[in-house]
Amino acid sequence: MLEAWEFIVRRPELLAEWVLAHLWIIFVAVIIAVFLGAFLGIFITGKGREQIADTTLYLAEIVMTIPSLALFGLLMLLLGSIGLKSIGFLPAVIALIVYGQLPILRNTYTAIRAVDPAMVEAGRGMGMTERQILFKIELPLAVPVIMAGIRTSIVLLIGIATIAAFIGASGLGVPIFRGIRNARMDLILIGGISVSVLALLVDGLMSLVERRITPKGLKVGRQ
Amino acid sequence: MIKLEKVTKVYADGTRAVNGMNFEVEQGELCVFLGPSGCGKTTTMKMINRLIPITSGNIYIDGVDNTKINASELRRNIGYAIQEIGLFPHLTVGQNIETVPVLKGWSKSQRRERAEELLELVRMKPSEFIDKYPNELSGGQRQRVGVARALGADPPILLMDEPFGAIDPINRVELQSEFLKIQQKIKKTIIFVTHDIYEAIKMGDRIALMKDGKLVQYDTPADLLYQPKDEFVEGFVGADRALKGLQLLRVKEVMTGTYTTANIEEKAEVVRKRMEAEGIDLLPVVDNSGRFAGSVSISDIMSSSRAANVKDVMNQSEATSDVNAVLNEALSLMLSSGLKTLPIVGEDNRLAGILTFDAIQEALHEAVKAGGTK
Amino acid sequence: MRRWIVLVVLLIVLVGLTVWTTSAGDIGIFHAFTYGDIIVHSKDHLIMVFWAVLIAVLIGVPLGTLVTRPRFNRISPLVLGGASVGQSIPSLAIIAIMATLPFSLFFFDFGFNRETAIVALFIYGLLPIVRNSYASMNNINPALIESARGMGMTRWQIIRKIELPLAIPVIMTGIRVSTVVTVGTAELAVLVGGKGLGTITFTGVFAREVMLIIQGAAPTAFLAVGLGVILESIEKLITPRGLKIKAKNS
Repeated sequence: MLEAWEFIVRRPELLAEWVLAHLWIIFVAVIIAVFLGAFLGIFITGKGREQIADTTLYLAEIVMTIPSLALFGLLMLLLGSIGLKSIGFLPAVIALIVYGQLPILRNTYTAIRAVDPAMVEAGRGMGMTERQILFKIELPLAVPVIMAGIRTSIVLLIGIATIAAFIGASGLGVPIFRGIRNARMDLILIGGISVSVLALLVDGLMSLVERRITPKGLKVGRQ
Repeated sequence: MIKLEKVTKVYADGTRAVNGMNFEVEQGELCVFLGPSGCGKTTTMKMINRLIPITSGNIYIDGVDNTKINASELRRNIGYAIQEIGLFPHLTVGQNIETVPVLKGWSKSQRRERAEELLELVRMKPSEFIDKYPNELSGGQRQRVGVARALGADPPILLMDEPFGAIDPINRVELQSEFLKIQQKIKKTIIFVTHDIYEAIKMGDRIALMKDGKLVQYDTPADLLYQPKDEFVEGFVGADRALKGLQLLRVKEVMTGTYTTANIEEKAEVVRKRMEAEGIDLLPVVDNSGRFAGSVSISDIMSSSRAANVKDVMNQSEATSDVNAVLNEALSLMLSSGLKTLPIVGEDNRLAGILTFDAIQEALHEAVKAGGTK
Repeated sequence: MRRWIVLVVLLIVLVGLTVWTTSAGDIGIFHAFTYGDIIVHSKDHLIMVFWAVLIAVLIGVPLGTLVTRPRFNRISPLVLGGASVGQSIPSLAIIAIMATLPFSLFFFDFGFNRETAIVALFIYGLLPIVRNSYASMNNINPALIESARGMGMTRWQIIRKIELPLAIPVIMTGIRVSTVVTVGTAELAVLVGGKGLGTITFTGVFAREVMLIIQGAAPTAFLAVGLGVILESIEKLITPRGLKIKAKNS
């Protein structure tokens, strides 16, 4: 433990570099995953798209069961074969986007589906267009659940991003990786504890955001 | 059979849900616990099978203090049916009914036989229903299975907490009547909780009316209606208690047995003369075996040819009432059909008598005057 | 029908990848692992997963059930929160940290060995099981329990005959999710001295050879998906028939 502390004191810029790299990669992936996931999720709730919805959700579920290293490996192969950089940032981000999909996609779909049809009917009766119903009724009501999906996704991605270090990406997986490789306990601890703290902090922060973003009327009922 | 002695229930926060109940339910009696919400009727019932522990006082079942027996064993000998029914969705109808027999260790064939017997009793064809799952049944069917399940191990006592409460009004009336028929056959000691006074009057041999945890009046339905003890009872029973009393009388007790009829083979003219002589304008018509065929009025005869038979002239109206029907049903029929004289039929559609408004009014008046059974 | 097609295709692709990489012979300065190696490592891999999930079930199901009882209701947020933390923290971090612990607990030592890996896998896989046990036992219709009590069932009989049968499908789902996740996480076990298919994968990682990475990762993915399918079938078999029928009037 002591050596770990010494290390941080001696070279704080390394820790900072790793934390920032970790956050950056997740940030990029999450932004894209949220847009992709939300759009797809909204898309498949449309009328007559039940078949597509079922298939999409099922595919996403299957992808989730594939271990992250497998996906990394595949991506590396694919990217390499089409001449792009096959290690580091690119495959990591792509894999993260793919994994980050499911919680957001599934939650968006479920949340919009779960909106009381009576409310949609009321909106329609008042003369709202389908678009207005989506934006004024369904989405606001779905937000809490979608937020929960985003939160699950981010926490998941923090974990997977750590493994990304093994394929050349930067981030808090690097000290762990190097520590294991060179039998340096201090590095392992720095990486391990930092990323754990990061995960818990982000999770806590997200739950606060979730609460802020929930429309007041919905909060009243919740215990 | 069930004796409550100073039974009291006080909750941890000080609420006195039940305050010193004293009464006794005879064997084979259907005792209704009636009262407004919060009067303690359900709590009292649940203290009989110790689902709710008694704070003070005693409940004796067949002379034995119910705290002296192991709770689970006590409950296996008392049938229990609740409003939500609570059929186990992962078990078939048959398995649900066999629940207590299984707990008691009956053999497979004994249990099966009993389940089929009980399904017959609640008028559900065993071969059709015994292997179905609760999710495949309608509300009314689930309720019947619930009753069958409560009777599973042939317990001497049945506790029922608003068992028909979750059923729609039409099916409820039917279930109530059917249950009364079942009780006639099995003659169990039954505690029946309800907040519906109509149900209480219809179902109960005796009614225990409760308020704020205390017993206010414990009497037969007639006594409760015609001799209410205080303002509360009067108010609860309702100002239309005479009308409610109609439920307690049967058509056969009130109808007129001797009356004139016309035979379908008779000549219409002949009948008209008879009617004019006796001053009646409406006659029931029967066939040669005494079966009810319709009714004939003087105006019917007047507007037809001279040579017609009663058969050709009569009105084949459907409005009749059964001898065993309750008086309020018959009265309702008379009012809606406009008949001042209602033909009453018995077995095989034979004419058994006629019912008039006068007869009803007289009978009711007598009942109120007599003040029930006291 | 469609689901099965997708799954089968996926499994075939994974097998194909394994075969392709194994028959590559020499890869750079390394030699591809043999089928025998893959089988041995798969066996080790599954053993680790088996132990981790077994302990998670033995501890998680009773724990999740226990906190549904009124007496223990107060500590339920603690228990659920605790298990949830176990999953928020990246799996790699858990494994890595546990490996550095210099002391022993009960009858085994932490450090770089297989036991550490199993404990880490257990911690990571606990949440789905605890959460599903809790949720399913908690959501049983109270009318059913009241009926059962009123009919004279003892505490144990109610749990055995009513609550467990009704909760099992959801609990089984939790076990399935946990198992599939654990297969993936177990790939990291090699880093702390455990065995399993990670041996192959990480040889590729350290050697920077994609083919080797895939040679390890593809079989792992195959195991994950395959176990998922098997457990899902068990899940369907285990669900009482009465529950599968949609309610006629809800």
